[in-house]
Amino acid sequence: MTTAPTPVPATASAAQRGGGAPGPATPTTAPTTASATAETAVTAARATRATKAPRPGRRRAGGGRAWLAALPLILFFVIGFGLPAVAIAIGAFTTSSDAPDGGGTFTTDNLTGSLQGAYWTALWGSVKLSLLTALIATVVGLPLAQAVATSRFRMFREAVMSASGVLANFGGVPLAFMFVATLGNSGEVTKKLGLTAHGWNLYTFSGLSVVYLYFLVPLMVITITPALEGLRVQWREAAYNNGATALQYWRHVALPVLLPSLLGGFVLLFGASFAAYATAEAMVGSSVPLISMQIGDALSGNVLVGQGNLALALGLDMIVVACLVMAVYLPLQRRSAKWLA
Amino acid sequence: MARLIDRIRFGRGLVLLLCGVYFAVPMAASLYFSIDDNKGGTTFRAYTELLNAPGFTDSLVLSLELAGVTVAVLLLLLVPAMLASRLGAPKLRPVIEVMCSMPLVVPVVALTTGIIGVLRWGPDYLQDTPLFQTIVAIQDPDFPVVLVIAYVLMALPFAYRAIDAGLRGVDVVTLVEAARNCGAGWLRAVFTVVLPNLRSALLNAAVLTVALVLGEFTTASILGFAPFSVWINSNGKSDGQMSVAVSMLSLLIVWLVLLLMSAVGRGRKAARS
Repeated sequence: MTTAPTPVPATASAAQRGGGAPGPATPTTAPTTASATAETAVTAARATRATKAPRPGRRRAGGGRAWLAALPLILFFVIGFGLPAVAIAIGAFTTSSDAPDGGGTFTTDNLTGSLQGAYWTALWGSVKLSLLTALIATVVGLPLAQAVATSRFRMFREAVMSASGVLANFGGVPLAFMFVATLGNSGEVTKKLGLTAHGWNLYTFSGLSVVYLYFLVPLMVITITPALEGLRVQWREAAYNNGATALQYWRHVALPVLLPSLLGGFVLLFGASFAAYATAEAMVGSSVPLISMQIGDALSGNVLVGQGNLALALGLDMIVVACLVMAVYLPLQRRSAKWLA
Repeated sequence: MARLIDRIRFGRGLVLLLCGVYFAVPMAASLYFSIDDNKGGTTFRAYTELLNAPGFTDSLVLSLELAGVTVAVLLLLLVPAMLASRLGAPKLRPVIEVMCSMPLVVPVVALTTGIIGVLRWGPDYLQDTPLFQTIVAIQDPDFPVVLVIAYVLMALPFAYRAIDAGLRGVDVVTLVEAARNCGAGWLRAVFTVVLPNLRSALLNAAVLTVALVLGEFTTASILGFAPFSVWINSNGKSDGQMSVAVSMLSLLIVWLVLLLMSAVGRGRKAARS
């Protein structure tokens, strides 16, 4: 289902408990400091040392060997994630094995090639599509999330939240087929309303945008709802008591508070849209130039002889963009977390 | 003031209506499409012939197997590590958190390129070593282990968040100390005290992972394996109606399972308080 690796909080409850930055005062540290202060009461002389170094591991048997339990995960990660990362890093900067010189020599041709011609068009197309859909989804998702979050019916809220969780993650092939059945050339809505006569075509940039919104808007709802729930009723009341209109309240109080979360959500949606592959592949093939399609094509051997490593360079391009996205997202998320505490 | 409230209510209704239409129409249209016989009547052919469709059961069984193994591997790797980071080695916690967030940064397509890059080392450099046999073995089309590796990586962030949320609600340290004081061994404390308390978090992680594996398309299709989602896609080229029917079914099933789980979780919480 994850066409895009999106940091979607597992469920609504997981999101509310704060999926992001780890709170400093978690149950783990609480008993440790409590016992440390008890120690200080008994031996005042060692007070400063005791509070400075509570030494949590020593008190518990097996503490020294506890990290062994994490060893399988670390090993798995190094092999499963580290090796592919190394393969991309090496491959992107060396000639491929079907090259005339036998491959393995250092080159930057892959990278420069991946930023030229059809590949540059595809990269730019992906960025454009992602920017557009992320912007629309942010603008649509905020009022929707507000309408849902302030709803009086608990069942309705939970149904919408879990539906959003499904739709945000469960994009991919089923989503593409649903839209082909609805708005495709022989789709039900297209036939009923005669949309083809009005120039409608699902298999274009704008058609793809409509489909992407179907999983981006729910993603926005999930991301922004915790922030909306963090808006205190008192702020609204205070604003109204001071004579503010609803518009002024949103303009001067709510939106500035929500801004980091909104920007963070926007960036997150951008990343999700940028990384999406399955929906576009199942729906439009490569008639709309997108970087993820080009990578898929290149990996299927659809490149010139000697350019086998081009796909790895394209992958590297994609990772760079995704890293930029995360570099913007994480600080924003940390800032917005302050208001939700 | 009353007019203002009316306006807000109206605005809320309008937003919900528009979004409801946008989200309901494709579902309704797909449902109709799957039972439309194009002559003005209805037919349930797409649903009744599903089991006999070529490749349907094979691909579904493969996907279910992959899902089961992925969940098992994921939990076996993740739960001990996360418990260790809470109980004995707090320094591990940031390490594990970073590790579990890294797969989010790398788009699935890019991860797949990396995996293909590694798999190509086999014929290119490792021809005469036993590693070559390993690389061939993990690409066995009957049960592609390489997909399990990829899926575990993709599910790590989701599972980590789910289990982390569960751990935040339970004071693991005190629980284990209490169990140890009562004379339980480490294994007994973990299996009979900690894990039952994390049941809903573990269930949550497992369901998310199953949903992810059942719907995953990118890696499987690029690597050339044929689990469920790839079958839906290739079958859709020959029998669109059936593929739409399957898509609808899979969406509904996942949603129902998630709804059920949130209901179960709420019931347990209510019972405790």
